[in-house]
Formats: sequence, structure tokens, C-alpha cells
Amino acid sequence: MIDEAVVDLSRLQFALTALYHFLFVPLTLGLSFILAIMESCYVMSGKTIYRDMTKFWGKLFGINFALGVTTGITMEFQFGTNWSYYSHYVGDIFGVPLAIEGMMAFFLESTFIGLFFFGWDRMGKVQHLVCTWLVAIGSNLSALWILIANGWMQYPIGAEFNYDTMRMELASFADVLFNPVAQVKFVHTVAAGYVTGAMFVLSVSSYYLLKRRDIPFARRSFAIASSFGLASILSVIVLGDESGYTVGDVQKVKLAAVEAEWETQKPPASFTLIAFPDQEQKKNRFEVKIPWMLGLIATRSLDEEVVGFDRIIPDNEKRIRRGIEAYTLLEKLRSGDTSQETKNAFSDLQYDLGYGLLLKRYTENITDATDEQIRLAAENSIPRVAPLFWTFRIMVGAGFIMLLVFIAAFIQSARHRSSSHRGILYACLWSLPLPWIAAECGWIVAEYGRQPWSIAEVLPTYMSASSISRGEVIGSLTAIIAFYTALAIVEVYLMLRFTRLGPSSLGTGKYHFELTDSPRAQA
Amino acid sequence: MDYETLKLIWWALIGVLLIGFAITDGFDMGVGMLLRVIGKSDMDRRVMINSIGPHWEGNQVWFVTAGGAIFAAWPMVYAAAFSGLYVALIITLCAMFFRPVGFDYRSKIDDPRWRNAWDWGLTIGGLVPALIFGVAFGNLFLGLPFELDPLLRASYHGSFWGLLHPFALLSGLLSVSMLAMQGGAWLQMKTQGLVLMRAQSVTQVTAAAVIVLFVLAGIWLLLGIDGMHIVDMKPAGDKLNPLMKTVAYGNGGWQANYQQMPLLWLIPILAIVMAGLTLLLSRAESVLVFITSSLCVACVILTAGIALFPFVLPSSRDPNMSLTMWDATSSELTLGLMFAAAVVFVPIILLYTIWCYRKMFGRVSKEYIEENSHSSY
Repeated sequence: MIDEAVVDLSRLQFALTALYHFLFVPLTLGLSFILAIMESCYVMSGKTIYRDMTKFWGKLFGINFALGVTTGITMEFQFGTNWSYYSHYVGDIFGVPLAIEGMMAFFLESTFIGLFFFGWDRMGKVQHLVCTWLVAIGSNLSALWILIANGWMQYPIGAEFNYDTMRMELASFADVLFNPVAQVKFVHTVAAGYVTGAMFVLSVSSYYLLKRRDIPFARRSFAIASSFGLASILSVIVLGDESGYTVGDVQKVKLAAVEAEWETQKPPASFTLIAFPDQEQKKNRFEVKIPWMLGLIATRSLDEEVVGFDRIIPDNEKRIRRGIEAYTLLEKLRSGDTSQETKNAFSDLQYDLGYGLLLKRYTENITDATDEQIRLAAENSIPRVAPLFWTFRIMVGAGFIMLLVFIAAFIQSARHRSSSHRGILYACLWSLPLPWIAAECGWIVAEYGRQPWSIAEVLPTYMSASSISRGEVIGSLTAIIAFYTALAIVEVYLMLRFTRLGPSSLGTGKYHFELTDSPRAQA
Repeated sequence: MDYETLKLIWWALIGVLLIGFAITDGFDMGVGMLLRVIGKSDMDRRVMINSIGPHWEGNQVWFVTAGGAIFAAWPMVYAAAFSGLYVALIITLCAMFFRPVGFDYRSKIDDPRWRNAWDWGLTIGGLVPALIFGVAFGNLFLGLPFELDPLLRASYHGSFWGLLHPFALLSGLLSVSMLAMQGGAWLQMKTQGLVLMRAQSVTQVTAAAVIVLFVLAGIWLLLGIDGMHIVDMKPAGDKLNPLMKTVAYGNGGWQANYQQMPLLWLIPILAIVMAGLTLLLSRAESVLVFITSSLCVACVILTAGIALFPFVLPSSRDPNMSLTMWDATSSELTLGLMFAAAVVFVPIILLYTIWCYRKMFGRVSKEYIEENSHSSY
């Protein structure tokens, strides 16, 4: 039997390392494009202030990037260390985008970032600009491939089970590549990254404007951030809606969880704004609903249903029963009975095999599962609803607040009044945490909402774990938490130090602290 | 192209990635190890770090891509090796945490304690992974105590301490000396003055150590360790899983491949020759020393890979369950697709990597760092 504690601890470790890694990734995605835009302004206008902007924001980018790289290594190897059965079972498909990500994106990004930092006086302006753009393109390409991999976990198309090798194998790469879930996830996630980069620059620039220092520098940064940010937040929201539509189409369980849809409503379904979902009773204790809205978002129609758990759980129970049959046939195939009849029978049922595997958590011997075990497996074939319901709403709420902030900032900037309205500047400053809150919540919606599966409807999380000991995972978890905490403290310390110092940290002699002979200019 | 050829190609490609990693990230790790040995002053150390500053990020991608490629081409190996060697791998990852932040953060604050702490971090980040990779490689020859259940779930029956067999430790020392030599050779190409002189002597010592340890490991392997060979397996081009073959100890051990194709002995010989040349060239101020050292690294890894072939992860618990490049691979479609991707991207990667090195070619000087104190590492 697999140790349940090892599974839970491994999940905790994966969640912590992924959420932590994802603190740095969105900023890299967004800031790299902002740097490329700033440097393009420099090359086109020839004004050195744009070069200083590229270098200063690049310095902060570097501090962030170092931690992104550090925590990315853990992600790459954690599938093997903690999820070894997963790696074996789906490596044939899942490994491909990861390897291509390395070849196509990481090399590009990481090779040219060296030239971005060290190549200023080694090449012409245009060549350096090309390097900066390649860093931005590289980091965005890596997001593309990792989200193709992740999209496949959510909606595993283009793959078939092979009973000889006892794993899923690639059947159509085009299906994996053009997976609709991966496509909407990619655009939604990178746009969220752009918002993060824009909010970061906007917020820090507002701080300088509020302090009334380095005004021309801060104003230009503010202008670029507010326009880039407004375009990005609009894309995030529109594409998030698109994402909702795709989820409604192919991930009905996740949609039901996010909307706390215990019962299938008569179409068009109303949208539950606030509720307190009760998993045991399978109902919401308090609800505020908006009529029609959910039906419109999820199905874009007035007559299609949004399926609730009252239908999903009994359906899943049926699939679990068929999964038992599939598993029985698989055992026959593996013991040598490869008659055409068995093969055909298995082939008909192979898409329910994963549901059969859900029973592994409750019994060693799937074929002898009792009705009670099957019922339990069906009950637990959906994620916990309350955390999903709330994280989704926090994400959307943060998105709309940012939309307002970017609109206000953009209007001020367009009127050349970015430094005049202190209220708006304070709003920009205090909005700094919002993109990160939204991004982390979005991650929880996507990944926690996939439970109890690691590969939706194919491989249960429980089955995916490695055969390692509790002690080993506790040890690694402790070490990682200790390291990551220390690194977070150092990172935040450096970020604060250099944002306070501002462009004076470049040592050009032109900026605030260098003009006033402040002792803090030394750094 | 048939499945069998694709399997062979992927054995070679993973070899290329591992060698690429050892050559490029190897000198970063070597510089890290030597930071406190060669770098006596803060300025020395800054020179050393800035010599690899523009390149370490790209170099580390060899490691990441090798990981991704093993995941995609040999999923079973990725699964069994990394979960089996759990503690060793977590220690390696934790040591590697020090590097990106160490390079970037060290010189951002002018405080001796801060910089000293990061220097220790960078030393650990170079030394520990080099040692553990070597120890792990050594253990491949001894076999790892893992087995597979009928669902092909791997379970490991050893402990971290069990990895510290004397032969594995010898192999760990070889790996450390080899990467230190590589780091020394790099510094000879990129620095000047006292740092350059110290790098010359360090490279000589480590190159000598590489020769001695490599020969010792070879003798040990010939005389003291039983190799495995496949007794019975379906045709290599079939769809296979690791439970479908018979494996036995003996039959010439790990040198069987060399006995069958004596020409292959050239590779270990070349490894020794290149280490010798590295030693000799370190007396002259020659850029060639980096090339001979890199070739030595490549030949040492190739020697080990060829000895093990077709095994990738031999099992000491049940040799029949050993993972080989024939039966622990991905499907034909996946291997073919990934090969196509490699054919397109690897040349492009090599082109821009070379361009990048050429742009940054030349020795790093104290004066340069003093002038660019705000933007240098």
C-alpha cells in the first residue's frame, strides 16, 4: 500500500514549491517585455533616460530572476523525486513539452540574459536590443510549453494507454499542442504575468512620484506601465472569460466546484456571488445569486445546462464500476491473454481505467472493491468546494480592482498628470500585492481544482506518488522551507533596498541620492 | 528510421546533454569550488565570478534540459533514479540553490560578512553537486537496490548512506577533481595576473589527480566489480518494458563492450592523454588548455557510458529489472518527435551560445570591475 502521509506531504511540498516559484515567474514574464519596450524607446529616441530605465528595472528584474531560476530547478526534478509513478505513467507525453521547453525556451532566455546584463558595451545598441527581446520571447515561450504540459494534465487528449508498457503513450502530438485548455491557459497566464510586471513598475514609480524624486524617470516608467498594464488586464479578463468557457466545456467538475453547483440548475443557471459551501451536506449554507449569469459565462447560451454535483457524483460512480471492469481486463492482458476479444473489450473501456484506479486508495485489490468503497471513491471524486469557490472569487475580485487602478493611472498619464493626484498614486502603490494574490489564487483554482487527479480522469494523485518514506519527505520539506524562507528574506531585503535607492543605484551620478550627497548613494 | 535506431540515438543524445552539462556548467561549478582557494581577496573573487557571470545561466540549462530529456526519453529512469536517490538529489538541489542567488546577490552589498557568506554558498554550490553526481555515477556500476512491481512502480531498498561505497566515493573524488580542473582551465582563459597564476597551478594538481583517480577507478572496475550483461531479451526494436529480459553478472563485466570493439579503448586513453595535455599546457599561457580539459571531461563520461551500455540503471536487487536504453524508453512516436526537435534546436542553440561566448571573449580585469562596480557581479 502507498503511505497516505507520503502522498499528502508530497502534495504539500509540490504546492509550496510551485506557489513559491510562481511568485517570481509572473514578474519575469511581464517585466521582460517592459524592459524590451523601454529599451526600444531608448534605441528609437536615443534618450539615455530610457537606457537608465532599462538598466534600473533590469536590476530589479535580475534580483527576481535569480530566485525564479533557483526555484525552477526544484520543479524540474520534483516529478521524479516525489511523483515517480506519475513520471513513469505519463512521461511519454508529459516529458515532451518539458524537454522542448528546455531546448526552445530556457536556452534562449538564459543565454541572452547574460548578454542583457553584461553585454552593454560589447555590442551595438540594436544588437543589445535584440538580446533583450530574445530574453522576453524566451521566457514567454517557456510559459507556453509548461502550460501545454499543464493543460494536458487538466485535459489529457492525444494519448492512449499501452498495456505492454503499462503507461499512457503519445498518440497525437498535434492534439497535445493544440489542446484548447492549454491555449487558453497560456494566454491567460502570460497576460497575468504582464499585469504583474506592469503593476510592479506602476507601483514603484508611484512611490517615487509620491516622494517627489526622480520625477522624469518615474513619469516615463509610470506611462509605460499604465498603458501596458491596461492592455494586459483587459486581456486577462477577456481571456479569463474564455478560459471559463473552455473549462465549462471540458472540465465540468472544476466548474461545478468553482461555482459550488451542488444541484444542476434549470438553464440558464444563475451565478452564485457569495456562498458558504458545505461539503458533507452537499449544499450551500448561504447564497447570493445573480440570475442567468453563470449560464451565459459558461455555456454562452440560455438553454444549455451547467452540470452540478448531483449528476457528476452518480456519473462518476458508474465510471468507477466500468473502471473495475477495465482493470480486470488489464490484468488479463498482462497475464498473457492477448486475444482480440480481450483487446477489444479493454479498448472500449480504457477511458474508464483511471476511475478504477481511484479505488486503489481504498483497497489493494481493485477487482474486489465493495459497494461502500465504490461509494466512498465516488464521493471523493470531486475536489473540496469551499477553497475553490473562494480563491476563484478572490482572483476575479483582485482582477477587477486592478482594472480600475490601471484605467485611472492610464487616464492620468495620458493627460500628463501622473504626479498630480496623490490618491491615485497611493492606490497604485497599495495595489502592489494584488497581481500576486490573483496569480496564486489562480494556481489554486487550476491545480487544487484538478483533485483527486494528477492527470484528470487518467491517473489519481494517490497513485502518482513515489515509494519513498515519510521521513524522507519530512526531511526534504523542512530543508526546502528553511531555504526558501531564508531566500525570501534576502530577496525582499534586496528588492526594498534597491527600490528605495531607485535609479541612483546605477551610479550614473544623475539621480536623486547622488545629487544630494546622501550616504545611501553608496551601493 | 526504426525504433531500435531511435533508441540508440537517444542514448547518444542524453550522453551529449550530460557531456554538455559537465563541460559548461562544470566550469561554473569548478570556479565555485575554487573561489576560496584561488580567490584570496574580494577583488580576486569578483574577477572569478564575473568571468562566468554572463554564462552560468545558459550553462545551467544543460542540466535542466538533460533532466527534461531524461524525463521524456527515459521516463522509467527518471522515475526510478530520482525517487530512489531521493536524499542525494534533495541535497544536490539545496546546494544548487546557492548558485543563482549567490552570483547575483553577492556583490550587491559591500559588506565582508555578507560576501563571505555567499562565497561559502558558492563553494558548496560547486562542490556538493559535483561530488554527488560522481558518487551516483559510481553507484551505477555497483547497481542500485531498486525493484519494480507488476504495475511497474519502482521502489528503492537502500539508504543514502548505502551510496557511500568506497568505489563510489572514488568516483565522486574523480568528478570533483575533473570539474575543478575544468574550472581552473576556464580561469586560465579568462583571467590575468595572480588569479591566472594560481589557476595554472591548481589545474596542474587537479589534472594529475584526474589521471590517478581515473586509472585507479579503471583498475578497480576491471578487477573488483562484476558487470552485468543481458542474457535474453526480445528484439531491441520491439515495444519492451523492463520486466521482459534476463540479466546475469559476469561475462567480462563492464569491460565487455571494450573487448568486443577494441577501438573503443581509444576513448579512455584519450581521457588520460587530454588530462596530461591539460597538465602540460597549464605551464604555458594557452587558451588551448580549456579545450583539452573539456575533451578530457567528455572522454571520462563517454568511458563510463560505454562501459555501462546498454544499461542505464542496473538493479542490484534484481538484475533482471535493470533499466536499459532498450526497455526503459519512451514510445517510438515520442522518441521520433523529440529527435526532430533536437535536430532543429540543438544547432541553433550551439550557434547562439558560441556567438554569446565570442561577444564576451577576453580576460576580465580588476580595472573593468572597478569601473563597472554597479553593474558587475
